[in-house]
Amino acid sequence: MFEINHVSARYNMLTSFVNAVDDVNFNIEKNEIFGIAGESGCGKSTLLKVMYDLVDYPLEISSGSVRLYNGNSETNYIETGKLKECWWKDISYISQGAMNVMNPITKVENQFFDTVRRGYHKKMTKKQIREKVAAYMKELELSPDVLKAYPHQLSGGMRQRVLIALATFLNPRIILADEPTTALDVVVQKDILTMLMSVQKRMKNSMVIVSHDMGVHYQVTNRIGIMYAGQMIEIGPTDEIFSHPKHPYTQMLISALPKVGDNSQKEGIPGTPPNLKSPPIGCRFAPRCKYAADECRKIRPQMVPVGDKHFAACLLLEHAKGGNE
Amino acid sequence: MKNWNLRLKLGLVILSFFMILGFFFPLLYSGNVTEWSTYPTNLKPSMEHFLGTNSLGQDIFWLLCNSIRTSFLIGLFVAFFSTLIGILAGLVAGLKGGAVDRIVMLLADTFIVIPSLPILILIGSLTKGTASLFLIGGVLIAFNWPWPARQVRSMALTLRERDYISIARFSGESTIRILVKEIFPFVKDWSIGNFINTILVAISSESGLAVIGMSSNSKATLGTMIYWANQHQAMLGGKWVWIGSPVVAICLIFIGLFLLMTGQQQYSALRRGK
Amino acid sequence: MENNILEINQLSRVFRIGGMIMGNKIKAVDNVSIRMPSDKSWIMSIVGESGSGKTTLAKMILGLLDISAGNIIIDGNNVKYYRKHKKEFYKIVQPILQNPFTTFSMKRTVDSYLYETALNLGIAKNKEEAKAVITETLKSVGLIYNQVKDKYPNQFSGGELQRISIARALITKPKIIVADEPVAMIDASLRMNIVNIFKNLKDEYNVNFVYITHDLSTAYYVSDYIVTMYKGSMIEFGNAKEVLKNPGHPYTELLLESIPKIGAKWSSEDRLHMEDAENKVINGTGCKFAKRCPYAKEVCFQISPYMVQLNDCHKTLCIKPNNYKVD
Repeated sequence: MFEINHVSARYNMLTSFVNAVDDVNFNIEKNEIFGIAGESGCGKSTLLKVMYDLVDYPLEISSGSVRLYNGNSETNYIETGKLKECWWKDISYISQGAMNVMNPITKVENQFFDTVRRGYHKKMTKKQIREKVAAYMKELELSPDVLKAYPHQLSGGMRQRVLIALATFLNPRIILADEPTTALDVVVQKDILTMLMSVQKRMKNSMVIVSHDMGVHYQVTNRIGIMYAGQMIEIGPTDEIFSHPKHPYTQMLISALPKVGDNSQKEGIPGTPPNLKSPPIGCRFAPRCKYAADECRKIRPQMVPVGDKHFAACLLLEHAKGGNE
Repeated sequence: MKNWNLRLKLGLVILSFFMILGFFFPLLYSGNVTEWSTYPTNLKPSMEHFLGTNSLGQDIFWLLCNSIRTSFLIGLFVAFFSTLIGILAGLVAGLKGGAVDRIVMLLADTFIVIPSLPILILIGSLTKGTASLFLIGGVLIAFNWPWPARQVRSMALTLRERDYISIARFSGESTIRILVKEIFPFVKDWSIGNFINTILVAISSESGLAVIGMSSNSKATLGTMIYWANQHQAMLGGKWVWIGSPVVAICLIFIGLFLLMTGQQQYSALRRGK
Repeated sequence: MENNILEINQLSRVFRIGGMIMGNKIKAVDNVSIRMPSDKSWIMSIVGESGSGKTTLAKMILGLLDISAGNIIIDGNNVKYYRKHKKEFYKIVQPILQNPFTTFSMKRTVDSYLYETALNLGIAKNKEEAKAVITETLKSVGLIYNQVKDKYPNQFSGGELQRISIARALITKPKIIVADEPVAMIDASLRMNIVNIFKNLKDEYNVNFVYITHDLSTAYYVSDYIVTMYKGSMIEFGNAKEVLKNPGHPYTELLLESIPKIGAKWSSEDRLHMEDAENKVINGTGCKFAKRCPYAKEVCFQISPYMVQLNDCHKTLCIKPNNYKVD
């Protein structure tokens, strides 16, 4: 229902370009929670912005586009450039640090009035909107009193919950969330993530969650895409990826995570991600990869199937698969 | 020199011109410019008297040069001391905090709130136009130090909280060293602009006083030149050079100072990376 | 009477907000007492949500914030003594701060800080000696001197800068390093590198670490002892493995259960309707956690809880293990 077609995006720094996203190609299905994982600087936030069509200078799309399909239709879609018209109604976005972007001098309910009116309820009175919103808040198990407060009177976690309510109120088909729980404590994080999951279960919509915390992905998502240095290097069902990670980067990523109660000596990943102003030719992970061969540094790997709905971009996997056939 | 913008260059050109007039030329003149009846009165400009002479028998050109010098000296004197006192007070108040901070700010706020012009006029009328330029300079310093003090204090307050200041302390660096190495580079850029601006303020204050006869009338400043020209009805008498030259000089000096100050601000902003 | 490298005795810190006359008082740190014995080197983590008071506690240990009540004794001397003997203090206690990019001024090279520390605090008499010391500490964090020489902070990544920050703190071979959220701004996959360094340094240099964090995974992985803070009070103290296996306080249980662990999925019915831990103003007696506690009884709202010793090295500020007895 949502296609990302060979999207490349970069930041125009006047003297150079930072190629934040490089030829990313995948789909979001209906009724799923899709996670985008990766270290900082891998391009996941940029990718999300491109998906939402929030492309302002210095960000520019250098190639590709995204498409939001209408219902089951294969021909009726809205493409990059036109998505703005259906913000909040069909697609919504919770930006990183969103809890800090509410207007500090108006009550919380005013944020709802503006948004809802922008939808198609242009004729509704404030009272009607207020009632509907209060009812929706109750559904989400939030107290409607929150609406009468100013943003600074609410805790960070509460503000984030309000923003989720706002983003889901008009029942959009797809909701994009960039690091929705970073800067929140574990307890609040769990509550907010379970809230997101229950909203998805009820509305049967699609969600895309960007996070660098693999634990969050494990608990919340159905499918994950792993990004590294602007490229998507592995994609597949969550359980599959955690139990059988195929790309060397994914393997190292998962083994580097401390698991509570597991006190075996853990190693982090040596080295650092490449500079995106002049990324290396060939596989971008090769400099840090312990399996890297000569050709890894020359040829850019393509996504190959490595399991059921499971793909990874690695030349070694390509060969392994070729050898098995 | 390559990042210098147009304003900076233009400002410097204008000011250099006047500085040469004010500091170099008077060295070539051996007489006493303020003495009356040195020359025949009201002569037209000529080779001997570049701008002619005035009703008091003074050579206008040499008088102008000396006046420029004196006005500049007042400006530099006031700017130097008020910036120095202001920065020191601001840094100490900002870094130390507590009682010291409150006392310094109380003093600063007092001098900001009290308007300087009435005080200066009061002094002027008490001394009946014979106040020494040092006295006037002193009062101007007293009224001008609070501005840099407040600004520098705010800078010091924010900088004090910065992580790298704590780390500098834990690296054993003394407070003075931290002031000089960490805080002063931030303060420096702003202080230069403030310094130039204070020159402007000082010259204009003194000139304003002088024109109404409240300054040191016997000394040669641009303001007193206008005062004496007014006293002798220079405008009515069509003696344009006498009254015009100091006015034009003041205007051009102000423009030069302003261009220099804004040019320097742009330059340092460019150096910081916009 | 054993010697303690760090003693925190009934420490409190009160902030006034909202003006001097009509303001409210917030007890950011409320009567905390901790002992770190000096027979071995330890890594002690202080964990808690934001607003728990852990950073305030760290700042008081580092002398960056004044104490409202109680005292802190480091290596036998009260912190007040060190106010007049700052250099002695900086030799014994060093900080590692959260944001590696603000730890160093952008206008200076990073090695200038390393040299300053070595020369000012009497570790080296001249530049050559300093260079030797610096090379050694850089090596123990996995960096080479030439990688660092003459470079500015913006030429490094966050992880590298944080290592340099650790190297700087290590130059004086301090007895205590207070690390305030040192891995919060570093990617999850790189955190282990940094945290492993702490482990190695503890063994190699006999440095004690006070590791302030809200990242429970690294806390449980690296610490010997864990202090859990909640709204300013220390609600649990114990050996890390102990606390993990048998959490003494309901809040610790809640924390452990909320970590998104890999291996066991949350049940979808799990929404706990709790208010968040904001609203820090003091309001009377009663356990601060009672409102959110699934085990709370009437008595918990009425009396302030006292420390219950669960065993040799494990205590908790909760009356449940003591059968809710009013002491």
